[in-house]
Order: sequence, then structure tokens, then C-alpha cells
Amino acid sequence: MSEFEPKIVAFCCNFCAFAAADLAGAMRLQYSPSVRIIRLPCTGKVDALYLMKSFEDGADGVFVAGCLEGQCHYLEGNLRAKKKVAYVKRLLAEVGIEPERVEMFNLSSAMGGRFAEIVEEMTERIKKLGPVYKDGQKESVSS
Amino acid sequence: MIVADRKPLEEILESIKDFDKIVLMGCGGCVTICFSGGAKSVELLASQIKIARKKQGKEIEIIECTPERQCEFEYIDPCKEKFESVPVVLSIACGVGVQTMNERHPDTITIPGLNTKFMGYPVEHALWEERCAGCGNCLLEWTGGVCPIARCAKKLLNGPCGGSSDGKCEVDKEIDCVWQIIYDRLKKLNKLENLTAVRKPKDWRTSTSAGQRKVEFKEAML
Repeated sequence: MSEFEPKIVAFCCNFCAFAAADLAGAMRLQYSPSVRIIRLPCTGKVDALYLMKSFEDGADGVFVAGCLEGQCHYLEGNLRAKKKVAYVKRLLAEVGIEPERVEMFNLSSAMGGRFAEIVEEMTERIKKLGPVYKDGQKESVSS
Repeated sequence: MIVADRKPLEEILESIKDFDKIVLMGCGGCVTICFSGGAKSVELLASQIKIARKKQGKEIEIIECTPERQCEFEYIDPCKEKFESVPVVLSIACGVGVQTMNERHPDTITIPGLNTKFMGYPVEHALWEERCAGCGNCLLEWTGGVCPIARCAKKLLNGPCGGSSDGKCEVDKEIDCVWQIIYDRLKKLNKLENLTAVRKPKDWRTSTSAGQRKVEFKEAML
């Protein structure tokens, strides 16, 4: 059996994490291909439902990456996202999914290296936890 | 407004364990405001149920709908085609909504997903407190607009009990003694004489003690 490759969805703020991911690419930094990035105008746009739907559709881990606290382009979008992530942790725990599978990170657009680190950190964490849906539960999960 | 709280997910999953297709019905009224039964709550609960069932290896199809109000026939009837072929509706409206559904559409069983709690208002964002017990005989006039029926554990009518200490209730130190609030309020209004009259025991027949209550407005009846 091949090694488990997690599927991780990253909701990234246009002004920081997305730019940092871009910078990581420009810097030729290597990081796990497990991550799928979704660009948002601000992490304040994150909805608890986006995070839940990701898990529903087969993601093994999800993270939200926004600006450093106090540096949100829209003042407090990242603080709102932090609350939503905390809420989703509770919703996940209720359905028997480890809350650590969803996380909030803060970084600036200059932190390309940090972005690569975050991806590695989440990939390692999810690899340890294993897939959300075990064999036999997986047939219906879209890829 | 009516304030309700979602039942534990385990209890909800147990109640729908025999079904592989359900309708999940919210309500656009009070329970939307208290974040327990609106369109957003419907989507989130549906997602939770689907994930839980996928983990059990038993998929479920969920049809979502959220009428403007679930407590009136006019609003639930347009959703009829959604639940016509489905044996069970999981309702996250208040108890009135659940019963309206069961009475209007007896061929479909509607089960509750919320625990309906009280009539109250948001004292701050996302925090609701009980304010009215619907006793059927309002006494707010002489208590300075603060209700001892809804807010006193003993529903006292003639001042606080011995358990009132430093403005807090003996039931829980987090709860304000409502009689302290009433006293302070009346003092401020210069109406402390309201408390000198002895209030006779309340007639609870206007509350739930004399069976189901009704209100009718004859001239408006069709």
C-alpha cells in the first residue's frame, strides 16, 4: 500500500498568504504537493460552511492563512476567521473528526519561507492523523 | 423572540438513524436570529450529518429548506413538494414549528432538532437571556418593568428570599437576584411604595395550569 498522501485545502488571504505562497514559488522553495490553495479577498470571507464542505468532499485537513493580527487589510477579517476556525473545530469534534485537522495561521506577504513551513507542518500533522474517511467509507468521496 | 438551542448531534443522529433520505427544515424567524435554526444553521447541520454518516459508512441524502416561518401554514405549504416523498423531516425550528408541520402534514413525521428554551432577547451579541414566561397576566407595571416570574427561581411576588446575597441568586452566583434589580429600579423611579402592597398568590390559571390557552380576535376571523 502506498503512503498516505493527505489532501489539504488552504484558504489564503490575497494580501498575505497567497502572496507568500507566490513568493515561496519565486524562491524555489520545496513544499508538499498535498495542498490546494483557494484565494480569498480576505480571510474574513471564510465561512464555517466552506471549511465543513471541504471535509465533506474529502479533504483530510484544512487551514486558513491570513495576515498577522492587527495587519488585516480590512482591519479585522483575520480575527473573524480565527473565530470561525474555532467554531469549526467544535463542529468537527461533534462528528468525531480531530479538531487539529483545521487550523488558523497568520503570516505576512514577505514570509514565503513561513508559508512553505506551514504546509509542511500541516502535512506532517495530517499524515500522523491519517485519512478522515477510512477504507470502506471512502467510495463515495469525490476526489 | 423565541430562543432555542440545538440538540446534541448524537441525539439528532440517533433520531434519524433509520433513514437514508431526510428533509432538513429550518425557520427564517426567531431561531435564525439566535443562530440555531436559520438557513445557515441548516447548511452547517446538513454538512455535519453528512460527514458523520459518511464516517459510519451509511450515506444520507439531505434536502434543505428554510421557509420564512415554520409556524404558519402559508409559509410551509410552498415547501410541500420537497418533503412529499420523504418519510421524515428534521426540523430545526422551535417546538411550534415542529407541531405546525406535524398538524399540517400528518403523512410526514417531523422530528425536532432543537430544544426550545424561552422567550428572551439578546443582552449582547450572541447571548440571550430569558425575559418573559408567558404567564398570561402581566405584572411588569408594578415591578418597574422587570419580571420576577421569568427571572426569579421561586417566582416570588413580594420581594427577595433569604438566598439573595450581594445582588446574586443562591441558585447560581452568576445569576442576578431579580428582586434586587426590581428594588434598585423602583428606588430610581421613586416608586418604592409599589413594594408596600402585599401581592396575593398569583392565579396560575392564566398560565399553563388550566390547560391549553387560546387567543382569538373575533372580528378578524374569516
